[in-house]
Amino acid sequence: MPMKVGNRPFFEGVDKAIHDSFMVNAVSSAQDGLRGRKLSATIGDKALGDWEEWRSAGEEIRAHTLNNLDYYLKQLSDNFAARGGHVFFAETAEEARDYVKKVCKEKNAKHVVKAKSMVTEEISLNEALEEEGCEVLETDLAEFILQVDHDQPSHIVVPSVHKNRQQIRDAFKKLGYEGSDDPKELAGFARKTLRSKFLNADVGITGCNFAVADTGSICLVTNEGNANMVTSFPETQITVMGMERLVPTWKELDVVVSLLCRSSVGQRLTTYVTDITPKADQDAVDSPKDYHLVIVDAGRSNALGTDFQSALHCIRCAACINVCPVYRHIGGHAYGSIYPGPIGAVLSPILGGYEEYGKLPYASSLCAACSEACPVKIPLHKLLIRHREKYVEGGGHPPVMERAAMKGFSIGASSPMIFRAGTKMAPIILKPLVHDGSIPKGPGPMKPWTHGRDLPAPSKENFRDWFKKHKQQSATIQAKGTGESL
Amino acid sequence: MRGTIENRDSFLEKIAGKLNRTVGEVPEMPIWAHKPQERVYEDYSEDQLTAMMKKACESIHTTVCETNSDGLAEKLKQLIDKYGAGKIVATKDERFEAFGLSNVLENYQAYTWNYKEGHQNIDKAAEANIGLSICDVMLAESATAGLFNDKDKARSVSLLPETSIVIVPKSSIVPRLTQAMNLIENKVENGEDVSSYINFISGPSNSADIEMRLVVGVHGPIKVAYIIVSDL
Repeated sequence: MPMKVGNRPFFEGVDKAIHDSFMVNAVSSAQDGLRGRKLSATIGDKALGDWEEWRSAGEEIRAHTLNNLDYYLKQLSDNFAARGGHVFFAETAEEARDYVKKVCKEKNAKHVVKAKSMVTEEISLNEALEEEGCEVLETDLAEFILQVDHDQPSHIVVPSVHKNRQQIRDAFKKLGYEGSDDPKELAGFARKTLRSKFLNADVGITGCNFAVADTGSICLVTNEGNANMVTSFPETQITVMGMERLVPTWKELDVVVSLLCRSSVGQRLTTYVTDITPKADQDAVDSPKDYHLVIVDAGRSNALGTDFQSALHCIRCAACINVCPVYRHIGGHAYGSIYPGPIGAVLSPILGGYEEYGKLPYASSLCAACSEACPVKIPLHKLLIRHREKYVEGGGHPPVMERAAMKGFSIGASSPMIFRAGTKMAPIILKPLVHDGSIPKGPGPMKPWTHGRDLPAPSKENFRDWFKKHKQQSATIQAKGTGESL
Repeated sequence: MRGTIENRDSFLEKIAGKLNRTVGEVPEMPIWAHKPQERVYEDYSEDQLTAMMKKACESIHTTVCETNSDGLAEKLKQLIDKYGAGKIVATKDERFEAFGLSNVLENYQAYTWNYKEGHQNIDKAAEANIGLSICDVMLAESATAGLFNDKDKARSVSLLPETSIVIVPKSSIVPRLTQAMNLIENKVENGEDVSSYINFISGPSNSADIEMRLVVGVHGPIKVAYIIVSDL
């Protein structure tokens, strides 16, 4: 599955989403649940001390790591390789896919099991491996559901949040499930179905929550136990990581793992925090013999050294998504990117360009709830504004009509004569549309605005005329000695 | 044997260029201005930590009991019976003998992991009802058993059977992840090898992926129990 979700233009996607009342209800109750849990595990947990200080700790760790990214990536790859693992640096999604395909081919792999990983979604890894004749199985429960139902993720922590239990039961029927829609029974079915797949797979693929540079270790933060299966029984383990997902040492790992578990799902720690350090020559029976680490850029470096660098501090907890009023109403799919919500609206244009994702920074009320929720203090709403600035400045090739309108405005506004004529003409031109002092249904560029509310009719008197008149009046009053100054 | 590294130079040069750095330039490790993690539960006594850990077990659906080294064998028997005994698998860990548990393992015909036997170890673990492990470090805050898995102390034992029983020496209880990470980092600084699979496990596997309803027991164990041993 590529980074892009669906083929609908952004505003059409929004239209479809806000009318899907089941989805909107499911998303808002999930948001409420996750947000409540996060609050009690963060500012609500007095034993932690000052949560703001935890956020500052996270921020300084992420900033230092990103500022010295080349050094830590070098250290990570040296240590991973020193323990017998193989490291591949992929500048593009295609390079990453090709490398994984090559490894699977060399191993003659037919069965691949995967633990949840956004970056492998981003680079469309499953499709690439399926083309090579591999069976690729998602094993995270939510991802398994989506895969069985040919659906796409709508949240980065709970990808199937938009689906209800009946839909899930119906999806499982395709695999011969005959039980009820009880979540326990559904999960039991996944356990039974996947157990033998884990034990017999040739290759296990995971993402990477954090890598530790000073030992070449990979840390996975999970709950279901599937990632442990994926990293234990297949002979070959391939870890795909976004190049920014690392920390210098285990001491910093402590802080970011704590921030992640508490901010994403409100747990003190998730059920499994698993740290894997390659040991290719050991005799262990339940361990891979061959380790591969694929470090992916795929557009991330676009943010380095720019105003957007802090977007790479993200630890993928989705706390910003869980507080976003826009996400609440349109869900994840409308964003058209596997990274939805505020962080998605910041990240997607960096990774995929303004042409494709330039509209996403407008999917925000700029209320700044996201920035406040972020455990590593990414100023998300400021980055959204910066994106908008760059987009209209032309960095994002704004649509032809919008550019023409802006150009027209700049010509009109720079000539006093045209400007004056324009302000005088507006009430006359718009007169046919006015009902009871406002415009309920506007054409062209006014349409999206009047779809939801009325546009006030332009005043017959323009500001310059009003100001002139007002000045005269106040001069008269002052001359009489009774006026108050403005 | 050293592994390969491909495509690194151009990749890192691009990054370093954007950051105005030369590749590999060693950064000065900052003295962090914020270290809230070090103050959490810093003055708790062993007993306070134990009490906190027991309380944390409630929220992770984990059974916990406490005994001393004299009562350990009996307690373990009770728990094994409670969970329906059946086939049992244990890690290869000399502490079982040191803690006086060899007889219990023998009486229940527990299979002790032996990597020399190859793949049949996994079969044994997959068909076992109960897996027995001994904790290396216990995080009180979250009731998390830290297991430093290797070829003998196998990860499968706490992963494949339906029930996982973990013996927790009270002396292994620390406040939180911070102390465990410091322990690991100290090993690294002393040039010691890091265990290839460090597992921090907090209770039975679970998922809330279906309508945000918590289901306990997904791919890993469905039930987890801890036995704290007060004088070990």
